[in-house]
Amino acid sequence: MDNIAIEVKDLWFAYDKTPVLEGVNLTLYKGDFFGILGPNGGGKTTLLKLFLGLLKPNQGKIRILGEHPHAASHRVGYVPQNSGFNLHFPISVKEIALMGRLSRARIGRGYKAQDHDKVEDVLKKVGLWEFRDAHVGSLSGGQRQRAFIARALATDPEILFLDEPTSNVDHDFETNLYDFLKELNEKVTIVVITHDIGVISSNMKSVACVNRKLIFHGEGKLTSEMLDMAYQCPVDLIAHGIPHRVLDKHGKH
Amino acid sequence: MWEALQFEFMRNALFVGILVSICCGIIGTLIVVNRIVFISGGIAHAAYGGIGLALFMGFSPTLGAAIFAVIVALLMGIISLKSKHRADTVIGVLWAIGMAMGIILIDMTPGYNVDLMGYLFGSIISVPKTDIWLMIPLCILILLITVVFYKEFLAISYDEEFSFIVGVPVKPLYFVLLVMVAISVVMIIRVVGLILVIALFTIPPYIAEKYTRSMGGMMALSSLLGILFTIIGLFISYNYDTSSGATIIMVAGTAFFLSELVASPKT
Repeated sequence: MDNIAIEVKDLWFAYDKTPVLEGVNLTLYKGDFFGILGPNGGGKTTLLKLFLGLLKPNQGKIRILGEHPHAASHRVGYVPQNSGFNLHFPISVKEIALMGRLSRARIGRGYKAQDHDKVEDVLKKVGLWEFRDAHVGSLSGGQRQRAFIARALATDPEILFLDEPTSNVDHDFETNLYDFLKELNEKVTIVVITHDIGVISSNMKSVACVNRKLIFHGEGKLTSEMLDMAYQCPVDLIAHGIPHRVLDKHGKH
Repeated sequence: MWEALQFEFMRNALFVGILVSICCGIIGTLIVVNRIVFISGGIAHAAYGGIGLALFMGFSPTLGAAIFAVIVALLMGIISLKSKHRADTVIGVLWAIGMAMGIILIDMTPGYNVDLMGYLFGSIISVPKTDIWLMIPLCILILLITVVFYKEFLAISYDEEFSFIVGVPVKPLYFVLLVMVAISVVMIIRVVGLILVIALFTIPPYIAEKYTRSMGGMMALSSLLGILFTIIGLFISYNYDTSSGATIIMVAGTAFFLSELVASPKT
């Protein structure tokens, strides 16, 4: 039991009366590198928000590291979708990364020396230390994404959640990111939402497709059943031209 | 221009202008970055209901406005959290009801109150001493709360979701912010009137955001700009005998358009 990272039993969720997730079951173990695939509006981000305690299930049970999602939220890191942020907001890279220390810092007090040390450490890790005083609006999409990753790492997470980490970034960043995450995965459980099938096949240890229901595959392989469900995915498959096999059999696709 | 300062009412007006500009710079920055301009306008206008109620019942209109503004602020906060999709509509309704209530209560109050225009359009030169003495501690309170919870306010303003996940009490701080807006509204009403409150809240931070890299810097520059607009507006209104509140806003408005013409140095 101790090595279970995420446990979901018979989870149902609806926004008002629109069902989003129906009867989801899932068990993830620590050390996993888990990819969540699915069409837009299929419930991927909703599932992530349920994991983080931002939303509450209508029915069913979620345990993160054996705890209720909100109780465990200081043990996980979150990298949100890199869109919708105000680029004019007066905040520096370092101030963004420091937000990751809020769960440890006391309310109404300043950040301590160890918070600054930790932030220096994570900013060096993502290669943004020399940009620490830069305004967020002057960064490229990839640099901004790295700032959000640094912020998530500053929480010292046991599980790292990333929502579409490669949207709005260039292709080089994408390759670097997954190398970086692979290395990180030696210590940290990683959960990634993505559109990109190519990324799933070459990096993930396990994969699920979410479209109201969830289909899970423990070996990081995509089944044609998943692709049927996530009908938007094959577009990515063609665009990236992944050299090795991602489909079990060449079916009717 | 300096000979105007020999009058006590001009010295008082100057002092009030500086005090209010500092509060406005701090709270206005939080209003702009949190995108709660509409709620702030609603609080300002609904506060008129409190002024009407105070005149009708025979107590201090400033106190009436303060009580009403705080209640309306909390109410609007609850609505904006509960019904996200129609919050703006409901806030607009409260905005109008508050004003209508104020107008009817004043209709029902015997005698015509000349000072009333002062609440609608401000009269910085006729702020009573008692109000000035009340403004000083309120301004200090707002400054203290902002300094103490600076890192939390910065976090919820930039990324509310992430702040919630890392355990920042997002909702309580949101209500603290709205109460601070309400308190500032009551102070600004004295300077530019409730109809023009929004301009003094938003124009200085809007300009300051282009030239600053931190929220604290944005607050400081907004306060300075607010002081500058108030002083210039005050002296223009003294020399040309125009309404002080409207003149201050026109000065701020001119700066707003000038800042639009100049390219932002930041990005």
